[in-house]
Amino acid sequence: MSNGANVTGRRVLLGGAAAGAAMLAMPRIAGAQAKVIRVGMPTILSGRVAILGTSSRAAVQYAFGRINEAGGLGGRTLQLVERDSKGRPDEAAKVTRDLINNDGCEIIIDGEASSGGFAVHEVVRDLPVLCIHTNSETSSLTADPKLHVKTAFRCARQGIHDAVAGGVYASGISKQRGLKRWMTCSPDYAYGRDNTAEFLEFAKMYDPAIEVVDQVWPRLFAPDYTENITKALQVKPQAMYSALWGGDLVSFIEQSNLYRLFPNVALFSSSLGDPPVLTAIKQLPAGLHTAYRYNRNYPEKPANTAFADGFTALAKHEPTNWAWQNYVAAQFIAEALKRTNGRTEGAALAAELKGMQISSGLAVEEKLTLRDTDHTLIGYPTAWGRTVPKAPFVEDFAPIPWSQILEMETQWKKQKGYA
Amino acid sequence: MNLDVLAGCVATASCFVTQVSTGLIVGMLLFLVASGLSLIFGVLGVVNFAHGVFYMLGAYFAFAAYEATGSFVLALLAGAAGAGLVGIVFERFFMSRVYGKDLLMQLLVCYAAILICDDLVKIVFGADYKLMGMPEAFATAPVEVLGGFIPGYYIFMVGMALGIGAVLWLGINRTRLGKIIRALAINPQMVGALGINTRLLYAGVFGMGCVLAGTAGALAAPVRTLTPGMGLSVLIESFIVTVIGGMGSIPGALVAAILIGLTRAFGAIGFPLFTDGLMFALMGLVLILRPSGLLGARTA
Repeated sequence: MSNGANVTGRRVLLGGAAAGAAMLAMPRIAGAQAKVIRVGMPTILSGRVAILGTSSRAAVQYAFGRINEAGGLGGRTLQLVERDSKGRPDEAAKVTRDLINNDGCEIIIDGEASSGGFAVHEVVRDLPVLCIHTNSETSSLTADPKLHVKTAFRCARQGIHDAVAGGVYASGISKQRGLKRWMTCSPDYAYGRDNTAEFLEFAKMYDPAIEVVDQVWPRLFAPDYTENITKALQVKPQAMYSALWGGDLVSFIEQSNLYRLFPNVALFSSSLGDPPVLTAIKQLPAGLHTAYRYNRNYPEKPANTAFADGFTALAKHEPTNWAWQNYVAAQFIAEALKRTNGRTEGAALAAELKGMQISSGLAVEEKLTLRDTDHTLIGYPTAWGRTVPKAPFVEDFAPIPWSQILEMETQWKKQKGYA
Repeated sequence: MNLDVLAGCVATASCFVTQVSTGLIVGMLLFLVASGLSLIFGVLGVVNFAHGVFYMLGAYFAFAAYEATGSFVLALLAGAAGAGLVGIVFERFFMSRVYGKDLLMQLLVCYAAILICDDLVKIVFGADYKLMGMPEAFATAPVEVLGGFIPGYYIFMVGMALGIGAVLWLGINRTRLGKIIRALAINPQMVGALGINTRLLYAGVFGMGCVLAGTAGALAAPVRTLTPGMGLSVLIESFIVTVIGGMGSIPGALVAAILIGLTRAFGAIGFPLFTDGLMFALMGLVLILRPSGLLGARTA
């Protein structure tokens, strides 16, 4: 009896254990068979730069919506799960961990600005899912080999590319018009200072006659720029470079208009070309020089116009620079998932993304590339153009050859010890 | 430090005029916000940490009115009145419950108001930045004075701020209502015992403080971008002005605001890397030499 009872008890125990194991395994099995691939996005959805996050989110939703409507990827659909980091790097790291560990996200689209982007980068080093940074423009994120993460990529414009393009364009204008006395007005934080230094480095390289007569550094999110504008009136530069962006740039332009600054000073701006900035400015002066951020007419391709129309219908405003970058990232992810037959392991997806090329209406030529050596995007528009007061707001885009940008980038990497 | 350039600027009429006008432009908006803060503290004895919200609301109300009517006068009135009305509601339903309570409780109520109002603005107006645009009447070339240039809109803005400051001072010091308000600040029990509705007065004074902040926001709307949370940046500088001028002193707020404005304007020429630091250095100096502020009431 006692033996039989023991055997029965053991069977009950084994049966219970098996049932328990099966129950515990169920979510995993269910996850493996799930029709939905969850993609997490830490980004900034509140505060002064919330449009960065809201337009990034809308772009991915638009891209995923189109993919899902077309039948998904082998019958599986893509779902975006976004979290607000409030622009804080510590919060960005926390929500990224939560998205992976608690929300079942198998891929991360990092919609953070640079400060949060580096924090997300380190999380992905620990939890190696596929991560595509879509908004950080700081070059070192992918250029510095010490920061390399095998499953992390950048699908965004990059500071060094813009600096070379800006230097080539600005030096051409300065030589043509004899603009020797330059001043800068950029926000006083890492991006503003680095961006300005890189622009000047290449502008002076191509036109050694350029002389920087003054530099002012208003603090980030300053409400008033009058003291900087009146200083420019005293210094009397012929040209000014500014890395101000967003609402700060809108205030700066409008306040400068009151002093009629721009008829006398040629402005070169890294960020004026973003549609929300252009449309927010009530009196946009003609002839200001700006880097491309996004424009529905450039590159002049039907696919670009279709993206602009589709995004605008969803978001109720024109695409931003962040929007196109996130849209393209979603396209890269979809293509990688197609090639892995839906496998979402970070290493498998990364292997596909290395050197991947996709045809895109947002490419300068035919294709956009995620470069295999440093996991970063090339082939995107880096042109500069001139403002006009009415839509399309920027015209006469002058493209800078990517061959020239890549050559200078290689030299820059050697100088920095990155190559 | 560019002391040579600074000396050159002070010695040159055009530079001097431009930079003094810059100081007044920067200072006068700060004065409006800080005078409201000071008025509320002087009479009610509470620090309105949510004061920046009323600056933001003033700007957004003005923006909405301008979009709807195209009238800058109506926009100014909407900004001032809207902020004042919200201020009265805030005082009656929330702030009045924490008078005399722990400072932390007041801080929490104000912080909650900031978060709620910022979110409401985001829901109603969107998270992206907006700009009202310059009214047609001011879209003119800047006025030349001794070789320096001053935009017409800024002349109007400084004039408005000075006018409002003068009316406020006269109202408090030369009218019966002002006498009652001053009495309320000193002995509210006695004022109540005389049959005056002190709750109404408290709400009115709080509302007036918010009207001043709202007017500043409405005046700023044509030249500064509107974003949810925009009140924070102006609040910090307003606190500096209030501390330098003396908590509760309207003339002190005026003097301090002009000082801060001039510090920023000439600091940008002479100390371009330390302009913000100069403001705090000035505040530190005043706190050491005269802890109650330049024109604040000395405590025994």
